[in-house]
Order: sequence, then structure tokens, then C-alpha cells
Amino acid sequence: MIRFRRSISAVLLALVAGAALADTTLLNASYDVARDVFKDYNPLFQKYWKQKTGESIELKQSHGGSSKQVRSVADGLEADVVTMNQANDIEFLADKGLVAKEWSKKFPNNASPYTSTMVFIVRKGNPKAIKDWGDLVAPGVQVIVPHPKNTGNGRNTYLSAWAWAVRQKGGNDKSAQEFLGKLLKNVPLFAAGGRDATTTFMQRQMGDVLITFESEAELIAREFGKGEFAVVYPSLTMQTEFPVAIVDKVVDKKGTRKQAQAYLDYLWSKEGQENAAQNYLRPRDAELLKKYAAQFPPVKTFTVDEVFGGAGKAFATHFKDGGSFDQIYVQK
Amino acid sequence: MPAKNHRVLPGFGLALGYTLVYLSLLILLPLGGMVLKASELGFGQIIDIALSERSLAAFRVTFGASLLAAALNAFFGLIVAWILVRYSFPGKRFVDALVDLPFALPTAVAGITLSTLYAGNGWLGRYLEPLGVKIAYTPNGIVVALIFVTLPFVVRTLQPVIEDIESDVEEAAASLGASRWQTFSRVIFPAIAPALLTGFAMAFSRAVGEYGSVIFIAGNLPLISEITPLLIISKLEQYDVLGATALAVVMLAISFVLLLAINFLQWWSANRYKNDEPLEAAAGRAAGAPA
Repeated sequence: MIRFRRSISAVLLALVAGAALADTTLLNASYDVARDVFKDYNPLFQKYWKQKTGESIELKQSHGGSSKQVRSVADGLEADVVTMNQANDIEFLADKGLVAKEWSKKFPNNASPYTSTMVFIVRKGNPKAIKDWGDLVAPGVQVIVPHPKNTGNGRNTYLSAWAWAVRQKGGNDKSAQEFLGKLLKNVPLFAAGGRDATTTFMQRQMGDVLITFESEAELIAREFGKGEFAVVYPSLTMQTEFPVAIVDKVVDKKGTRKQAQAYLDYLWSKEGQENAAQNYLRPRDAELLKKYAAQFPPVKTFTVDEVFGGAGKAFATHFKDGGSFDQIYVQK
Repeated sequence: MPAKNHRVLPGFGLALGYTLVYLSLLILLPLGGMVLKASELGFGQIIDIALSERSLAAFRVTFGASLLAAALNAFFGLIVAWILVRYSFPGKRFVDALVDLPFALPTAVAGITLSTLYAGNGWLGRYLEPLGVKIAYTPNGIVVALIFVTLPFVVRTLQPVIEDIESDVEEAAASLGASRWQTFSRVIFPAIAPALLTGFAMAFSRAVGEYGSVIFIAGNLPLISEITPLLIISKLEQYDVLGATALAVVMLAISFVLLLAINFLQWWSANRYKNDEPLEAAAGRAAGAPA
């Protein structure tokens, strides 16, 4: 019994000591594949913050599907900051009053410290000669994408194809929808998520082209070998943003605003930007972009704001029930 | 001694109270909350959501595939259970343990494994596709995934019941002149039918709610291979919690009605054959002798 009590007090002591050692804890709620980026970034920030203020900071990560994460935060997950891959997810938190209405102006570059683009992955030697969006509707070409209604990856692909079609000669919304209709006829299945699409394409050898993030292409190279596929940059593609925001409600309650602000600011520092580049995300820093030019060839991009008037609007027009995607399948 | 002292577990009142609290907290409360949330929408709106073309197609796929999977499992599960109880063969314990594996495996892993197996270049798919049988990324894949996930239900509910039927009964039926088919259809089947229906019902209801394994093999094409749980997720992606709960409530209602029907069938089959008739008498009846 005495021993039991002792061990309890030892545990309590350890808990108290642990709390005293790490002065502050920040929780970063992030999307699924951001794991690698922040695994490398967090130690960088810890070192920087310790040097600057002498405070040691504990950083916790929570990863999951982007929209799922945001719902958890809205339901009470005490995340100090959110780092997402879709603006409309942060928009949702702003609507709920957890994040500032003007969140995208609180940091430079639309609050997105780095970007990526949507690219084509084709089989070795590009046997079907796929160069641009127009080639995807050719008969016999099979296109692998994740579900556009349920995944950010799928939505980016859909919107990229739409933007390309609108910008063709005589292109308008109607012709774009027809183009998407033809493209979707060449989609034999909708993968459950980005990684599932990659497995379907690379491992199960389904389809002629996979459309995914540029950053994912590098991961495929690591996993399956560089020679197994080729990356094709279409003539126009989406610049995908990775917006970040402070969760006001949480930092005000926990008193961690200063640390949270510094944590996100540091993403724009040389170290933070270099870390992004090393994880195959295009840094905003022009110098670094030049340094990593081999990895990031120049490509003509558009942003969702330019073509669709904002992420929320794009979502409502195309992916809400009854939106343009549904209309392609349910003619009514 | 008063009768209640004969009960094995003491404290009927306490146990009943515990049961009610337990069920309320764990089942009624969440489900009630869901129905309450859905009731924020009017009845008309819920019906509109449920009757949209995509929802209807998804209901057809979900319930159709689940019924088919449960039926196939009822048939093949019966055979498996019978073999496992009635015969002894080397490696029987191993096979017996195998039956539970679908319960233990995370369903997403099951889905990924099955789709790798049945894809065009998979171990099985490469032989099936030239024959024109496509499993992965078609509704067939959904049935395969559901069969995998729900197999243990039928086998595990049947095993103890089959164990209870002693082989003397079969011998008695045979000695009274019953053919093999008569013995099965009039002696054994009536005895195991209620358990078979229970297994079927459990497999079916598990299948209706299954998400993890199905989305990896279904292909998820609108109107063709989208299951209702996927539509619910899709509504949640749109932050349309109300729409999602509406679909869930409709799904729950359909399942409830179907389960009620199965329960009734079970009660009916148990009563029809039972009438307190001992199995030996059934054996006699099967052979045409007066009971």
C-alpha cells in the first residue's frame, strides 16, 4: 500500500515537473500529408524560440482530413493554430467566430507560406502522349483522381480543368462543363483520397494519368523510383495554397497568442521557407525558389481567387449538392 | 425459499436499472441527439434529401449490396459453421480462429487489401478480368468487401446452436426412414433457423453502416457505386451537418424496419416449428411417423 502511494506521488510529481519544464504548449491542427513538413519545421521553431526568448516550447501536432480537422476545432479541439490545405476550411472557422474574419490578411501572401501546383503523372515514356488538359478527354485515356466532392485533391483537379477550358478560344462556363463531362467519362473510379489515388495508379497500374500535387510526385519518386513515371506540367494549372491562421478563441483563453503568432510568422523566415522547399512545396521566397529551380520548373498558374472569385464561391458553385459536378452526373 | 433467490445474479432491480441507464447513455442518447438534430429540418426537407436521385441510387446500392452479402454469408457461413462443429480435421483450430480475423482487422486495411487483390493486375483480378468479371471498382467489389467484413456474424451465431443438436437426432431421423434431405429440412434446419436469421440480421446491419472497407474498393462513381455513408461524408465535407443527419436518420429508419421484419420472421419460425416439440419427435415427423 505504501509503495502504491509512493508511486502515485511519483507520478504526480513527474506531471507537475513536466508541466514546469515545458513552459508553453502549442497545438497545431493540420491536414493529413502535412506530417513531414511540420515534423521538420517544429524542431527548427523550438530552437529559434529558445534562442530568442529562452522559453522552451512544446509543439503538438494533430493530423487528419482537412475538413475533419476543422470540424474538430469548431467542436472544441483546443488548437492554437490551424495549418490547412484549403481556404474554405479556414473560412468555416471564421464563420464560426473562432478565427478572425480577415484571416487571409493577417499574414503575407494570402496567409499561405508556400504553394504547390496540380501536375500530371504519366507512365514511363508517356505512351498516350498526354501534354495538356485537352488530351485527357481523348477516347481510351483513363484518368485517376480522388473524389472531387470529398477531397481537396479532387476539387483542385476539377477546378484546374475548368479554368483551362474556360480560357480556351470561345470558352465559357457551359463549354467548361461539357469538357468536364467528357473528362469525367474517362475517370473509371474515384479514389477515396489522394494517397489512395496514388496507390491505385502506381501499384495497381490503373489508368494512364494521375493528377495530383507537385509535392506528391516527389514522394512517388521516393516510393516507386524515379524512372517509373514522368511528370507533365499542363499549360495552365492551379496554384494551390496552404493557408494558416491563429485560432483567436483558443489563444486568448490559453494566453498563447504571442507564441502562436511567432510560430506562424517563422514559416516565412529563411529557415521555414527552406524547409518547405525541402519538402517539395514551392517557397514564397524568390531567392529560394531560384535556388531550388531544378525542382520547381516555371509553370503558368492561376489562383482560385482570380478565376472563381474565392474558395467559398468555387465550392458552392461546383461541389455543393446540385452544383456543377452533380449536374454532370444527374441531368435534371 | 422465495423464488427470486433462485436467480443466479442478485438484485433484479439494480440490474434492470443498470441496463436501462447503460442502454440510454450509449445508444438512445446519441441516436436521440441525431434524430433531434435532423428534426431541425422539416419532414418535407428530409424526404427531399432522401428522394434525390443520388440518395436513392446510394440507398439502392447500400441496401442491395448489404442484403446480398448477408444472404451469401448466411448460406456459406452455415456451411463453414457446420464443418467447424461437426467434423474434425487437422488445422481445425486454426481455421476456427481465422473466422474472427475480419473483426480484428481495421476495415480500411481490408478494403485496400481486397482492392489490390481484385484490381486488374491483382492476384485474383488478373484471372477474373479476362473472363469479364470485374470486382474492384464496381458494385461487385462492394459486395465482396461486405462479405469479408460480416462473415463472422453468421458463423459465430450458428456454431453454438449446431453444437446443441446432438447427432443422435440425425441418427434417430435416419433410423425412422428419413432421407438426408428430410433430416436436414425438417429436423436440423428448423432448429438452426432462428440463429441463422439472427446471424443474417447482424451481418446485414453491420454491412449497411460499413464505410472504411467499401470506399477503397467501390470506385465511388455517382449513381453507380456510391454508398450512403459516402454521401453522408460528402455532406459533412460541405459542412452540411443537417443534411448528413437527415440521410443518417432515413438510413436508420430503413434498417430498423428491416430488422424488425427479420425479428418477426425469426419469432415466427421459432414458433412454427417449436410448439415445445422435442427434436426427437421432429425426427420422427420428418420420417413420416406420427409425432
